Amino acid sequence: MKTLVVVDHNNNKLEKSTLNTIKAAIQLENVDLLVLSDSCKDICNELINIKNINNIFINENDAFKNQLAEDSANFIAENFKDYANILFSNTSNGKNIAPRLAGLIDTMIIPDVIEIVDKQTFKRPIYAGNAIATCKSKNKINIITIRATAFEEAEIGNDNVGKIKEIGNLNVNNLSKYLDSELTKSERPELTSADIVVSGGRGLGSAENFQILEKLADKLGAAMGASRAAVDAGYVPNDWQVGQTGKIVAPNLYIAVGISGAIQHLAGMKDSKVIIGINKDEEAPIFSISDYGLAEDLFKAVPEMESKIN
Amino acid sequence: MKILVPVKRVVDYNVKVRVKKDETDVELDNVKMSMNPFDEIAVEEALRLKEKGIASEIIAVSIGLPEVQETIRNALAMGADSGIFVNCTSKLEPLSVAKILTSICNKIKPDLVIMGKQAIDDDMNATGQMLSAMLNWGQATFASKLEIQDKKIKVGREIDGGIENIEVNLPAIVTTDLRLNEPRYASLPNIMKAKRKPIDEMKVEDLNIDIEPRLEILKVEEPKSREAGIMVKSVDEMIEKLKNEAKVI
Ligand SMILES: Cc1cc2nc3c(=O)[nH]c(=O)nc-3n(C[C@H](O)[C@H](O)[C@H](O)COP(=O)(O)OP(=O)(O)OC[C@H]3O[C@@H](n4cnc5c(N)ncnc54)[C@H](O)[C@@H]3O)c2cc1C
Repeated sequence: MKTLVVVDHNNNKLEKSTLNTIKAAIQLENVDLLVLSDSCKDICNELINIKNINNIFINENDAFKNQLAEDSANFIAENFKDYANILFSNTSNGKNIAPRLAGLIDTMIIPDVIEIVDKQTFKRPIYAGNAIATCKSKNKINIITIRATAFEEAEIGNDNVGKIKEIGNLNVNNLSKYLDSELTKSERPELTSADIVVSGGRGLGSAENFQILEKLADKLGAAMGASRAAVDAGYVPNDWQVGQTGKIVAPNLYIAVGISGAIQHLAGMKDSKVIIGINKDEEAPIFSISDYGLAEDLFKAVPEMESKIN
Repeated sequence: MKILVPVKRVVDYNVKVRVKKDETDVELDNVKMSMNPFDEIAVEEALRLKEKGIASEIIAVSIGLPEVQETIRNALAMGADSGIFVNCTSKLEPLSVAKILTSICNKIKPDLVIMGKQAIDDDMNATGQMLSAMLNWGQATFASKLEIQDKKIKVGREIDGGIENIEVNLPAIVTTDLRLNEPRYASLPNIMKAKRKPIDEMKVEDLNIDIEPRLEILKVEEPKSREAGIMVKSVDEMIEKLKNEAKVI
């Protein structure tokens, strides 16, 4: 029985949630890692000292630079037939590739797993996290995506160093082609792994007004997040969206400003350690899950908070 | 160009779902049901392609109990031309749905399938990708922009870092994200017209597909609830709590 973790990365750096996925995989058995990239070296350097892994398989191919699902899924289906479990992070790459792989090998995917009960039993949220389902798998091969916030990070050590081995040959697909991307540039911490997240909603009213939140975020060394309404209105980029259909975060401190607290938003942040809500409506549902609520106008409270935190 | 749009009947997004006392499922009796919001976006996008003269025919398909025909009617009222209802009384998971849709695609040969990226009940985010794999078609998931040129489709995808643009050969599968469009409401005359549009019925048994679930649901439980917090009166009190009580700043 072997377990494979498909490493998520941007060709230079490891996507941090991979460490949580590896930690989850270690609860299964015999963990190997797979790096598919046009340049695997830097990523392997980050992986080589992770404890409790056996092999690091790599395949370097220009086609893997953009991680098209057609290429990655075909490659994994061809080369890892004897694995009992194949794990991905529940990132946009994982969500794109893992179900395609499952479709290729006639397996029912088990997405967004938050707990491994035993080798065939997994817990996952349904209905925007309003219920947790325990699923027993009858699959021969389990294809699983892991919710990073539900698992710790794998430990780094010097013992048990993984061995790097090349594997397989890719037949590049002729179905799809990468063109270009428009990535949001930011000096701030990454939203899904930040210690503190400052999130804004429709209450901010405009893109310019978000600057008062960004000042607070910079003072706290926080990442920025947003509600769907703020993204839809064009105040902030799409990759800031927290929620059922956006990103899942669980920082030490989540600051929700001008966000009403719809279930779809709560689904993405209610596992944060401490939540504070700032909303001028004292009946706003966000207060029902806030550790500390402040019913005040955000345009007064946020600048005041920013100036008083040192 | 022919477009197939799969639509799913789900608990309305405004409903606060509750777990059943016996922990076998969530409470589904007497709750409002609607078309999955992402599928509405899919129908809307297909309609826009038809209005631009790119698509000629839009077929909405739904699989399940007879009630799902209401969801097909909704799609017809929005403007789809015809429907396919696959009668199926057993519980379905995305793998089975993808197999049924594969069989339908092989029959009616659409040039494009537009479908929701996820259903807001089981939150699987899987059927579109599985269907693409089974048909060996290209996939463009999480679409927020879409443009058809010749036998290709250009799609802007919402990814973790921003937007990625890809080009996929047709036939292809597109899964919709929230920013693709804002779906229209069906007008009263169109709701009336939809009653006369054809819905083709088939039985899942006749398709000869293995739909035995691979995941057995042992239990459905409430998530851990958070302890109620407090309201503070001022920014000063908030900062004091964060520093000295919660110790997070
Ligand atoms: C299929 C689907 C998926 C969805 N996925 C997501 C998701 O992933 N994430 C998500 O966030 N939402 C999602 N939503 C949307 C969700 O239902 C809500 O519409 C959204 O979260 C509302 O955003 P908001 O709280 O910013 O806006 P609103 O609900 O409009 O709330 C604005 C709040 O700001 C407050 N306010 C206004 N002015 C001030 C002021 N001056 N000072 C202080 N407070 C002020 C108001 O009192 C109000 O509470 C989804 C919806 C659907 C249908």
